[in-house]
Amino acid sequence: MLVNWPMLIQQVVNGLTVGCLYALIAIGYTMVYGILRLINFAHGDIFMMAMYFAFFGITVFLIPWWAVMPLVVVVTTALGVLIEQAAYKPLREAPRISLLISAIGVSYLLENLATVLFTGIPRSFPSVPHFTEMVIVGQVRIQWLGFWVPLIVLALVVGLMFIVHRTKTGMGMRAVSKDMETAKLMGVHINRIIATTFGIGSALAAVGAMLWGMKYPQMQPYVGVMPGLKCFIAAVIGGIGNITGAIIGGILLGLLEILIVYFFPGLSGYKDAFAFIALILILLLKPTGLMGEVVTDKV
Amino acid sequence: MKKLLALSLVLLLAIPFVAMAESAEPIKIGIFEPLTGSKAAGGEMEYRGIQVAHALVPEVLGRPIELVPVDNKSDDVEAATAASRLVEAEKVDIVIGSWGSSLCIAAGPSFEKAQTPAIGTSCTNPQVTLGNEYYFRVCYLDDFQGTLLANYAKTNLGAKTAAIICDISNVYAIGLRNYFLEAFGEENIVAEAYFNTGDQEFSAQITAVMDKNPDVIFMPSDFTEPGLIMKQARDLGYADILFLGGDTWETEAIIDIGGAAVEACRFTTFFDADAEPSEESAVFLAKYEEMFGGKPKSSVTALGYDAYMAAVKAIEAAGTTDGPAVQAALCALTFDGVTGRIAFDGNGDAIKNKAIIKTVEEGAFKYIDTVVIE
Repeated sequence: MLVNWPMLIQQVVNGLTVGCLYALIAIGYTMVYGILRLINFAHGDIFMMAMYFAFFGITVFLIPWWAVMPLVVVVTTALGVLIEQAAYKPLREAPRISLLISAIGVSYLLENLATVLFTGIPRSFPSVPHFTEMVIVGQVRIQWLGFWVPLIVLALVVGLMFIVHRTKTGMGMRAVSKDMETAKLMGVHINRIIATTFGIGSALAAVGAMLWGMKYPQMQPYVGVMPGLKCFIAAVIGGIGNITGAIIGGILLGLLEILIVYFFPGLSGYKDAFAFIALILILLLKPTGLMGEVVTDKV
Repeated sequence: MKKLLALSLVLLLAIPFVAMAESAEPIKIGIFEPLTGSKAAGGEMEYRGIQVAHALVPEVLGRPIELVPVDNKSDDVEAATAASRLVEAEKVDIVIGSWGSSLCIAAGPSFEKAQTPAIGTSCTNPQVTLGNEYYFRVCYLDDFQGTLLANYAKTNLGAKTAAIICDISNVYAIGLRNYFLEAFGEENIVAEAYFNTGDQEFSAQITAVMDKNPDVIFMPSDFTEPGLIMKQARDLGYADILFLGGDTWETEAIIDIGGAAVEACRFTTFFDADAEPSEESAVFLAKYEEMFGGKPKSSVTALGYDAYMAAVKAIEAAGTTDGPAVQAALCALTFDGVTGRIAFDGNGDAIKNKAIIKTVEEGAFKYIDTVVIE
């Protein structure tokens, strides 16, 4: 088979864009897991709510898109913190399984709330100028989004790393993730740290949701389910609890999905299955994930 | 004083009974449609047609008709649950729906077991009515539609080769793909790729099939994914390739999602009010305008209307709401609906020999042609 280079590059760029978006959402899973040992199944639905916030901000309240973006991040962060306060904080001393069930409950609550409030009819995410326009480099055609997504994700990850490793809050996060009881004895404000973690995770999901909406302009109340599951898988592949791992896992998963479909179009109907097969393989072969052993990086 | 109070209380309690004796028990028509989920836009448009018909003919046999909508949530498992709820809990006399063949196929056994006749609206897969005496439908079938699309691509569009991008998790799409493939000739299909309902990234499938230079791309699936595929194909630089689809495409969401990318695509549909005006369609359009404003956005609204009228006429002819009697009445029924004359064959399928071809022009659906197969 002759390799069609422009097409291959096209697919790699595509895979990178999807992968970076996966990474952004996977970080939210991994941070919460690192601190609470909780898989926050509501994360995909927070992502969905952020998409709707942006949609209503632009189409109903007619706020310009550059003003909507920070606004959506703030509102989504507030939603994330609110969910933590309402659904997870009262269960701080309860067994971990209760927390997990509570997370599933929140997930269903958000999905059904969105169905009632926004109706189940699919809507189209408003198109944002510049980002969705095409750039032609040789024979490769890329949306501006293809350049912006990796840059934005990089900037956010650098910012996150700074918070985690260079600030007092970040030190608190790392302490809580190592040993919550001891951290408490050392005077760390556990509740404030946990709320901050949820806030950061939700803020990243909000950015991810808006970029996702620009790339795939279609939304309905269950739009967060698949990305949510995929990003959970990405987090596990990278080693759940590990931020760097989540980024690597996300990018790998994005590339894997796109390239398998490109090289084997006959298998394209099984695209979603590849992610789950990857999950099973990683759990069988390396349950701690690719970056699992690097304990120091854990948040 | 106490006596007066007691008396008025007794009177108050008695009112509902008196009221009930006066009005006859309503006839319940179950609305089996996706009102949420990925097919909701389709369900909503059909429900509107049913509501228009209900407003025009609100009673039969001297009894009021009550619409009982139950959401099948665009999901096959939920559809089976919704169907048993309709026949067991709501105890409806007859059912109308649904948009989406797979939902009907999941529900069929419940209706048949309860001997509750069901009238399909736009469910085109042959399996919906096959071997089920109680399932009828007012639309044409996918073997007809698939053949017609293949012929149209060959003769009218001059296509010699085609590629298929098919939703492999959708029974309707797979059926339509098979009939198209058979009629177009397997040797003329140069490439094929698949996806699942809800997928959002298609660039790999698009480049893979475009590598083979097909004259036309046929995409059997609902409306969300083809909208995204056409948009992504145009973004990838394939400005001229012609997209061909089935009846599900006549849903405004496809234009919302695809924008300018869906312009010039071609698809089959059931009916066009401007192409074949009739007395019945004039009444339907006037009432629709009054209730919802404007024109119906899709021909499935007219199918919802016709399905309701078929239900009412069958109950009227049977003189009862007894399931087997209404079923027999439906078998013998002939009437002029909005979408033309309707009569059912031995399978319970409407006998139809023509389809409408539409396109998208300047952000709106536009009639192109009426194709007849003798």
